Amino acid sequence: MTTTETGRPPHTDTVTARTPPLLRRAAGVSELWTFLILAALVVFFTLAAPGKFFTAYDLTQIAVNAAIYLVLGVGMTYVVITAGIDLSIGSVLVLAAVAAGEWNIHHGGAGAGWGTVAVCVVIALVVGAAWGALQGAVVATEKVPPLIVTLGGLGAALGIAELATGGQDPADTAANNLQNTLGYGKLLGIPWLVILAAAVTLVFGLVLGTTRFGTHTFAIGSNPAASRRAGIRVGAHLVKVYALMGLLAGLGAVMWLASYGTTSIAGHSTDNLKVITAVVLGGTSLFGGRGSVLGTVIGVFIPAVLSTGLIVIGVQQYWQDVAVGVVLVAAVYIDQMRRRTRERS
Amino acid sequence: MAEPLLEARGVVKRFGHVHALQGADFAAYAGEVVALIGDNGAGKSTLVGVLSGVLAPDEGAILLDGAPVRFAGPQDARRAGVETVYQDLSLAQDLDAPANLYLGRELVRKGVLGRLGVLDRPAMRRDAVRAFAELGVTLKDPTVPVAALSGGQRQSVAVARAVAFANRVVFLDEPTAALGVVQRARVLETVRRVADRGIGVVLISHNMPEVLSVADRVEVLRLGRRVASLRAADTTIEELVGAMTGSLDRGDAADAATLVAAPETPLERPQQEPEPQPSEEEA
Ligand SMILES: Nc1ncnc2c1ncn2[C@@H]1O[C@H](COP(=O)(O)OP(=O)(O)OP(=O)(O)O)[C@@H](O)[C@H]1O
Ligand SMILES: [Mg+2]
Repeated sequence: MTTTETGRPPHTDTVTARTPPLLRRAAGVSELWTFLILAALVVFFTLAAPGKFFTAYDLTQIAVNAAIYLVLGVGMTYVVITAGIDLSIGSVLVLAAVAAGEWNIHHGGAGAGWGTVAVCVVIALVVGAAWGALQGAVVATEKVPPLIVTLGGLGAALGIAELATGGQDPADTAANNLQNTLGYGKLLGIPWLVILAAAVTLVFGLVLGTTRFGTHTFAIGSNPAASRRAGIRVGAHLVKVYALMGLLAGLGAVMWLASYGTTSIAGHSTDNLKVITAVVLGGTSLFGGRGSVLGTVIGVFIPAVLSTGLIVIGVQQYWQDVAVGVVLVAAVYIDQMRRRTRERS
Repeated sequence: MAEPLLEARGVVKRFGHVHALQGADFAAYAGEVVALIGDNGAGKSTLVGVLSGVLAPDEGAILLDGAPVRFAGPQDARRAGVETVYQDLSLAQDLDAPANLYLGRELVRKGVLGRLGVLDRPAMRRDAVRAFAELGVTLKDPTVPVAALSGGQRQSVAVARAVAFANRVVFLDEPTAALGVVQRARVLETVRRVADRGIGVVLISHNMPEVLSVADRVEVLRLGRRVASLRAADTTIEELVGAMTGSLDRGDAADAATLVAAPETPLERPQQEPEPQPSEEEA
């Protein structure tokens, strides 16, 4: 299908539209500001700790720490652009990790073969996607706001994971095969975790920015009624977006098992806040309709650079939380102001 | 020209206790500009909603080319060639004008990329610039979000979208309300040109001189019912206002019946209203 059902308007012509100057476009891009903040941080830490901060080791460490949040952040970007939110991601990650881990325990444990590893990966992805789709289906009814749907989902998913394990992280949930490759392995010096996260970011960044699916995501966040009138199946689209978020939480579970070898049932209660912070820092509007995966990448790296940088220059890294908190509120404040000016016009 | 392209018969639409339409009739003919007028709250936008598939009627029938149809949603109506400029414009504010023009029917690239849903933005932009130029609108930068455009430019985007795709009927719910003199003239010109393509154009407006200058026929809605159908050439602003406010048909029902006239040739179907009750029921 190269054109749409109704085809193009009858008067397709040869008038060429001018591409606007690159500079003007760049200035209008909301992630430019966050990028400048990130760049300023890097410059600051490089100058403050010459020869210590910008080392290959630090960069790798920062990237590995950020990899899982980046994968979650990509999904969250879609959700927030539809004017939604997903608080359940940490619990969904745990549930997917427990489901995959339980399979691993009973099919070879730490020494499990590649077949088991493959099944575990599929289990984690399917559990995550299914949970997300379920939440999306409830959101699509428009009877319960996403905040509440996913708050309920947060509790329920964690509860099920705890029921299945008795609340204790079981042993032998990750196969050595998985840990030695995805967990610690490198390709040309770059950790596989980072490569995977980069690939996910690239693919879904392109989907959001260049495809019909992406455009519909923005349209629904901008004006759901108009989207419906334009023939977009809003409910079905929301199910897909929340399922994508769940799928990526499942992928996050695989990455977590690979790099830490345990389900960390109690260790994901603030994932949602960290990821939403990154997405909002990256210029994605909590009111929907605007945002980008590129912005989220920057938003994920700001806290990561801050914490590594503060350690390197010998400042208590808890200042990171203070700094990120302040920047977050400022980011939303600026977004609000922009909306106000816009609505006044 | 005897058969209406799109017709409403006895359409009833209630919102809770509000009876927005109480057995409304309406007809749009090919190649004709028909103005739909009425006071605020008369039910014009509701009637447009019913005829464009956004609202499901509680009672009554919709006929397309004489055959009864049921629009399950706006996409059904669009597929049938019925396009609408909604009173609230129905634009996605954060998308640019070309994306809004093609919302819900985006152009995709050829080949594999197209199968993956990758958009053909250059083609969409080209068509958009051209469609807006026809309405006398030059967008300095077609890639800015619609939210950044002026009210009039936004209205032009909505009008351009409807006329670009309509091939049967196009509804324009107050399309000139926010427009400057030049753009208003261009929209009205476009309205005429679209009708000359053989499309039925339904223009909703509170501007009586505008209605009389561009419309072939005027249908008047009052309290959710059609109270008059007049040839624009044979009527006056006073008569239209009288029909809208009800000061004309206060006398007898026969008067209202003579007001309901068919365009050019008399209508085949009987002019009988299903239940010509006095419309004092409630509002
Ligand atoms: N979604 C809705 N819910 C409840 N009542 C509604 C709804 N839409 C319209 N109404 C009511 O139906 C009646 C007709 O409204 P409608 O918008 O069709 O009028 P209109 O003729 O388009 O008026 P205007 O000239 O102001 O645009 C009004 O009393 C309005 O309050
Ligand atoms: Mg109206």
